Parts: sequence; structure tokens; C-alpha cells
Amino acid sequence: MNTPLQIVVCGSIVPDPLQTLEPVTGPNGPSLKNEMLLPAVLDPWAGHALFEAAHLAGKRSGSKVWLVSLGPKAKLQQVMMTVAQKVPFELVALDGPASGFSDSFETAAALAAAIEAIASLDRAKLLLFGGWESASRGTGSTLQMVGERLGIGEQFQGVDEITVRDDGSFTVLERIEGGRHQVSVCAAPPAVLGWATGNLPEPKNNPQVGMANMRTVMPALQRAKAAPISNTGLRFESVSLPKQQRETRIVKNMPVEEMAREIVAWIGEE
Amino acid sequence: MEPILLLAHTEADGTLAKPALEALGAALSLGGELNVGLVGAEVQPAANQISGAGAKRILGVAGEAFSQPRYATDAAAAEAICRAAGAGIVLAPSTSRWSRALPGVAYRLGGRVDTHSTGLELRNGAPAVTRWFYRQRMEAVLSREQRPWVVLLDPGCFAAWSGPAGTATVENVPVEAPPTRTTVTGVQAPKADEQTIRPDAKLLFVAGAGWTKKQADGAIHGREAETLILGFLRTTKSSLGGSKSLVDASGEGEAVLGFMTHLNQIGQTGSTPRHRKGLSTCCHGEEPHVVGWRFVNERRAINLDPNCGWARGKADVVYVADAFEVMRHVNQLLGA
Ligand SMILES: Cc1cc2nc3c(=O)[nH]c(=O)nc-3n(C[C@H](O)[C@H](O)[C@H](O)COP(=O)(O)OP(=O)(O)OC[C@H]3O[C@@H](n4cnc5c(N)ncnc54)[C@H](O)[C@@H]3O)c2cc1C
Repeated sequence: MNTPLQIVVCGSIVPDPLQTLEPVTGPNGPSLKNEMLLPAVLDPWAGHALFEAAHLAGKRSGSKVWLVSLGPKAKLQQVMMTVAQKVPFELVALDGPASGFSDSFETAAALAAAIEAIASLDRAKLLLFGGWESASRGTGSTLQMVGERLGIGEQFQGVDEITVRDDGSFTVLERIEGGRHQVSVCAAPPAVLGWATGNLPEPKNNPQVGMANMRTVMPALQRAKAAPISNTGLRFESVSLPKQQRETRIVKNMPVEEMAREIVAWIGEE
Repeated sequence: MEPILLLAHTEADGTLAKPALEALGAALSLGGELNVGLVGAEVQPAANQISGAGAKRILGVAGEAFSQPRYATDAAAAEAICRAAGAGIVLAPSTSRWSRALPGVAYRLGGRVDTHSTGLELRNGAPAVTRWFYRQRMEAVLSREQRPWVVLLDPGCFAAWSGPAGTATVENVPVEAPPTRTTVTGVQAPKADEQTIRPDAKLLFVAGAGWTKKQADGAIHGREAETLILGFLRTTKSSLGGSKSLVDASGEGEAVLGFMTHLNQIGQTGSTPRHRKGLSTCCHGEEPHVVGWRFVNERRAINLDPNCGWARGKADVVYVADAFEVMRHVNQLLGA
């Protein structure tokens, strides 16, 4: 029998990677200059998790995907306008910082509480998805702590593939050192899967999906509970941009043989 | 300085790999009392290997159940050692195994965790951790009041401890392997002749989407691109990276460069490897790609476009030329 899946995806927003980012320090610690004005996108690895979740759910009738997102409400709304066009999900929104400088421990507490409050979720069947690292904080620690708070002891990180069998057991491929994958079999949910890139391209916009999603997205945003992150006990001593520019030597009009010799000599230098 | 616990897992032969020895070096550099915790099928060889490091206690969790990297068992072992050692500062290498397990352990202990630390120093008698935010775009130094504070140290950032092996006593920490529904069944590696990711290589060779685009003669030269790139990699034993555009194209079945996968991708949504040198070819050098080069020291690029991103302060040298031509000559000179 094809057991229906219950997949919760944790994923928030990050500044568009094409933007220039500059740190500023205020009374509450560091943040990004003009943070609220920067265009934002769905955090890429969390996005892969969402697309993989929707793909799995689409193959089993009765399955459902939730997207649990902690971010500033107004920015979440902007990003959801696009994300909602991609795949079907129900949004659970939390109104709080999506900053890279907010602590993963407190973020995990807020996410876990939001998941516990999803009334129709059968946690015994839960597959908890998310990106294995955010493009903001980049710690790769939030999902593990959400999992711990929900009592889930089967956890996988750097996931590129999941194959779910009819009985609910599944095989997972996780990234490990040296461009290899560790292969594991898990007998049943619940489990936590922190996704790397996976195998799916970004789905094309589908206005019908968008319309269906928006029926729940807007109320979810209106309902969004405040989720302040206080960063208790965490002190940033400094935040700085790396040394900017290199002095680039641009080599034009040199015969290619000469360029090749230069490159080979450079490679050989100790 | 408060006591430190260094947590390491052993390799298949029971010894410690370089990232663990680097974390040991970092732990010793802070001063203060050092305890070591070891997890693996076997831990005595590792204890002997570092017997000269001056650890006050060496605690171990050993046995078949702890041989495989797996969340449930690794977290149980690490938790038991942390409780037995009672240390406030827990240092560990950022291996895939510890990165999976230790954040959950920090939670169980009521502590906090920071990962991908690239620097560690004492400030006013307490440790301060350096790490990057926003995918290597800005670097911060931070400290925490909570204990235990678990810090995962990135490989390649700290000098590895070295010293003669001896004989050490391991205190066995009893842990009952927790029930788990997960069985690790193996490792999938690319076939030996396709092994293109070499974390220890001196040179990172990056291929961009240009290799698969129409060239001056109006044609695509995918086959030659493959031969040139693989020839270069085989001869120089370099590691292969790719731009997102190129690996996405390979993934979507255009399959121009068959050996290129998402694992090769460098950048914002790819990896940030550490290599002394990097040579970029047919890649534009856009910011989301170049953030993945943060830890590549010497950078050169070959691009037809004199205004590519590399030319704007992102590389040390840009050769404005056809990469096919240049690499043909490079391979000839190398005898590839
Ligand atoms: C959310 C997000 C995340 C992203 N993450 C990443 C990431 O992780 N990694 C990444 O790489 N990109 C990432 N990008 C994409 C990035 O912005 C660029 O689009 C991508 O890096 C471009 O790849 P490219 O330079 O290979 O291709 P192109 O931009 O197509 O450039 C091809 C280059 O090849 C050159 N060329 C062509 N033929 C030759 C020849 N014969 N000899 C020499 N040069 C030649 C051209 O001059 C050109 O500069 C991301 C973008 C977004 C929005």
C-alpha cells in the first residue's frame, strides 16, 4: 500500500545572492544594512527541500506538505507570491527575524513549537525537511535541534536523494567527504532530512497552484505569531567584510602558447 | 581558561584523521585542561596516536554499534562522553559525521553550538570563535555565555597536532546503543577513473558553462571539452569544480560533461573548498559563484571576456583567451 506522507519543510528567506551585503552593528547586535529593502528569495537549499517534498507528496494521494517559515511577515509575503506558484503546500508563518545573526537554538525552539501546533499533523508519520544549511547563518544546526525537540532520533544531513518504498521505509543518500554519498535505509518515519541540492530542477510557475496556495497563504500570514529571537548569551565581537579587491593583472594579446607556459609554471610553483 | 573536551571519531582503522588532529591542535592552543573523547568501532589506536598530547583523561565509547556514522548512535555516544567529562567547551572537527550529530547533542546538554569555525582565540580569558555568515560574505567573531558550548572547527584552518605515538589508557564510558531504525548500508563513490573531487589537491580547476556553449565557429565542442578537462585533471591530480550553470545543464540531461554533478558545484549553493590555487575556465566569475572561492588563495582565470567578473578584482590574473586553445597547449606542456 502507498502510505500517504506528511512532510513539514522548514525554510525561510535570504537576501538575493546577487545583492551586495554590508553588515551594520546596532544596539541589538549585527544586521544587514537596509535589510528590509533588500530583495529576498526562498533560501535555496530549503527550496530544494520544498520541491523534493512536493514531488514525493504528488506521487502518493492523501499526502500533504507544510512550509514552516520564520521571517519578517512583510518579506515573507513578497517571497510567497513567487514560491506559492511553484508547488502545493500549506504555509505556517512565524513573524520574526530571518537574519543570519539570529541564533539557531532559539530559531529551532520557535519552529518546533509551530510544528507541534499543527493540529492535523500525525507526528508519528512526519518527515521533517529543510535545507541542510541556510544561506544566511549557514550553521547546519537548526533542523537537528527541531528534530530533538520533537523527539525524532532518525536524522540525515546533506541529503541528495530519498527513495520511499510502499511500506514507508526509505533509502537516503547523504553527502560525505570527497564527493561521495553515504547510503542508509530507514525502516519508517518520523525522520529529519536536511537537504542539499537533490535532483529536481526548480518547478515552473503554475498559476493554478498559485491560486490554490494563496487561499491559505494570506490567512497564514495574518495569523503569524510573533517569534522574537533574543540571542541570549550570544555576543558578536565584530562583523566585517573581507578584504575587498585583488589587483587583477589582465593578460591580453599574449600568444596562447605563452599563456600556457605561464600557467604551467604557476601550477608547478611550490 | 576553562576545561576543554576534544571530541573525535575514529576512522575504519581506529586512528584519527587529519581534521581531528587539527582540532586537537586548536584545543591545545587555547591552553587549559584538555580531555579527549573518542567514538568508533575501536578507539585504542587513536588514544595511542595522541598519547603525547597531554590530555588529562581520554574517554572512549567503542563497539560495533558506533562504527558507522549514524545520528542516533553518534549522538548517544557524544552525549555520554560530554556528560562524563563535564567540560564547558567542546571542540570537534567539522566532519560530515559530527556535523550531523553534534548540534542535537548541544541541545540535549542544554548548551549551544557553532559550526564552520575558521578561527579560535582567547579574548579576556574566554574563547572567541571566528566564522563566516551569508555564505562567506562576512566574517564575525563571537562568544557565548552558555555552556557547554560545542564548536565545530573547519578542516584546513588549524595546524594539526603531531607527536610520537605511545600507549594511553582509555576510560570506557558505558553507553547502551539506542534503538534506531536506520541502517547504514554503504558508500556510493564515483568510479575511480571519474573521481574528480579531491579535497586535498593543491589546485582547484573550475569549469564554467562556456565549455558547453557555441564557440567562434558556431558549433558546440562538448567532446573536446571533456577530453581537455579530464586530461588536465588526470595529469595534475587537481580537484574539479563547476559553476551552477554548468552543473545544472549536466543534470538536466544535456549531459555535455558527463562527469560533472551537483557535488562539483562551487559557490553560494555549492561548496567552498580549500585549495592553495584555483584556475577558472569558461566561467564568468559572478558573485554567487565567487563566494565559493573564499578559501582559494591564488586565483587565475581564462575567459574570452575582458570584462568578466574575475577581471574586476576577483582573480590575480585573467588570461583573455579561448580556454580550448590555452588548455590544449597546457595539456601538451604537461604531457597529458
Ligand atoms: C540563488 C542563486 C544561487 C546561485 N548559486 C550559485 C552557485 O552556487 N554557484 C555558481 O556557480 N553560480 C551560482 N549562481 C548563478 C550565478 O549567478 C551565475 O549565473 C553562474 O555562476 C554563471 O555560470 P557560468 O559563469 O559558468 O556561465 P555564464 O554566465 O554563461 O558564463 C560563461 C562564460 O564562459 C566564457 N566563455 C565562453 N566560451 C569561452 C571560451 N572558449 N574560452 C573562454 N571563456 C569562454 C564567457 O565569456 C562567459 O564569461 C546562483 C544564482 C542564484 C540566483
